[in-house]
Amino acid sequence: MPEAKTLPSRRDEAWRYSDVDAAARLGASALDQWREISVPAGTTHHESLMIGGCDPELHRIRINLGDGARAEIFAANAGADFTRLEVEVTLGRAAHFEFGGVTIGGGDTVREFVTTTIHAEPEATSNQTVRSVHWDTATGNFLGEIKVARHAQKTDAAQDFKGLLLDAGASANAVPQLEIFADDVKCAHGATVGQLDEAARFYMAARGLSPADAQRLLVQAFIGDAFVELGEEAEREKLLSAALEKLEGRL
Amino acid sequence: MLKIENLHAEVDGKAILKGLSLKVPAGEVHAIMGPNGAGKSTLAHVLGGKPGYDVTQGSVEFRGSDLFDLEPHERAATGLFLGFQYPVEIPGVSNVQFLREALNSQRKYRGEEPLSGGEFLKLAKEKAGLLKMDMEMLKRQVNVGFSGGEKKRAEMVQMGILDPAFAVLDETDSGLDIDALRIVGEGINSIMRSPDNGVLLITHYQRLLDVVKPDKVSVLADGRIIRTGGADLALKLEEEGYDTVMADA
Repeated sequence: MPEAKTLPSRRDEAWRYSDVDAAARLGASALDQWREISVPAGTTHHESLMIGGCDPELHRIRINLGDGARAEIFAANAGADFTRLEVEVTLGRAAHFEFGGVTIGGGDTVREFVTTTIHAEPEATSNQTVRSVHWDTATGNFLGEIKVARHAQKTDAAQDFKGLLLDAGASANAVPQLEIFADDVKCAHGATVGQLDEAARFYMAARGLSPADAQRLLVQAFIGDAFVELGEEAEREKLLSAALEKLEGRL
Repeated sequence: MLKIENLHAEVDGKAILKGLSLKVPAGEVHAIMGPNGAGKSTLAHVLGGKPGYDVTQGSVEFRGSDLFDLEPHERAATGLFLGFQYPVEIPGVSNVQFLREALNSQRKYRGEEPLSGGEFLKLAKEKAGLLKMDMEMLKRQVNVGFSGGEKKRAEMVQMGILDPAFAVLDETDSGLDIDALRIVGEGINSIMRSPDNGVLLITHYQRLLDVVKPDKVSVLADGRIIRTGGADLALKLEEEGYDTVMADA
């Protein structure tokens, strides 16, 4: 990903579905800041991010994984204004990158994840699961680039995106980008976008759940996929409730 | 308890129910039989409040309230249970979570205190035992990966936990083998047979009625009740077919 010396425009592939006006409000200097994390061989870096206050937010994390190292990033992206999390990971031999993200919210706001996963050495694995739930005219984006170097054989990389749109004006964009130079690799990616299941909503109403309660349960089940790999239950609950809080008062 | 008068309903502009009237007092199990396309499932859906069904005429009084003044979830909280012919799968939501939230939503609507997790599990265990359903099944996702028989048995466990005053059961016997049919039939008897409860049992077959033994049987044809009788009417239908009984009517 090129570093932004100047303000981004929507002609840049990495900003195609973004809110460049909101990014401009952050200023060019904010766009050049990366948080660098180096994870020594055999160790694990784990972090949960709750993104989203009232102002635009941009988070950029660059991770270097040593041989057999592991990075786990989980994020609830639920801002009232533009939010963007970028993660760039370079994986050493037999390293693993786990990413679980949720974008959720309404208004006319853009909330997005941009990941670049570089399989630089053999036998590394990566798994990314993103769920987007939006209403009004909000947008959720997942731009996921996977690069596999020529000698990074036995790479196993997976990317899974699902969008759930609660209003006709909302949108979700998934842009998987695979750049594979090795010949013995597994790269799986899937993307679907849909609406709430009407049959399930009526079934839940017939058992006594109000429309708001039924919606909350269905959304909770939907976004839960993104945090399945998060072992720590208290932390998972915290991320889930940060995301579900956005739904309150919508119905 | 349930009083349906001159009910007319349409789906996609097509008239399905054409002046249906029926009364089910408390303490009565009333079976509805009828040929395919007569409007049996439409009747169940209209009573439950399924979107897409337009009531064009008539009224339904349920426990003293106008049923059509209530949203579907309010009908449930008022004591109406709709058993589905095809129970819906809800991936990612466990039966325990679903039923506990449903029961507590109903209790909240009625101004009652919610049940705690422990109280709910005790109740769920008791009702699941009644229907010979393993508690492990209740921890699984709602209807996901359940066989046809398991889904119907799960419907009965739901009915036991929610403890409605009145149940409308839409072909609960379809897709059941003989053993499951007996369990479901006995479940209906143990959960709903009481002087305070009523049941509208929509079915195609005599087999379930051998176990449940209805007080009344009505024949629904072309959107209307054309004949009502005792349990023997179902036997007559089984022997002579709908055509003969309809010709008599």
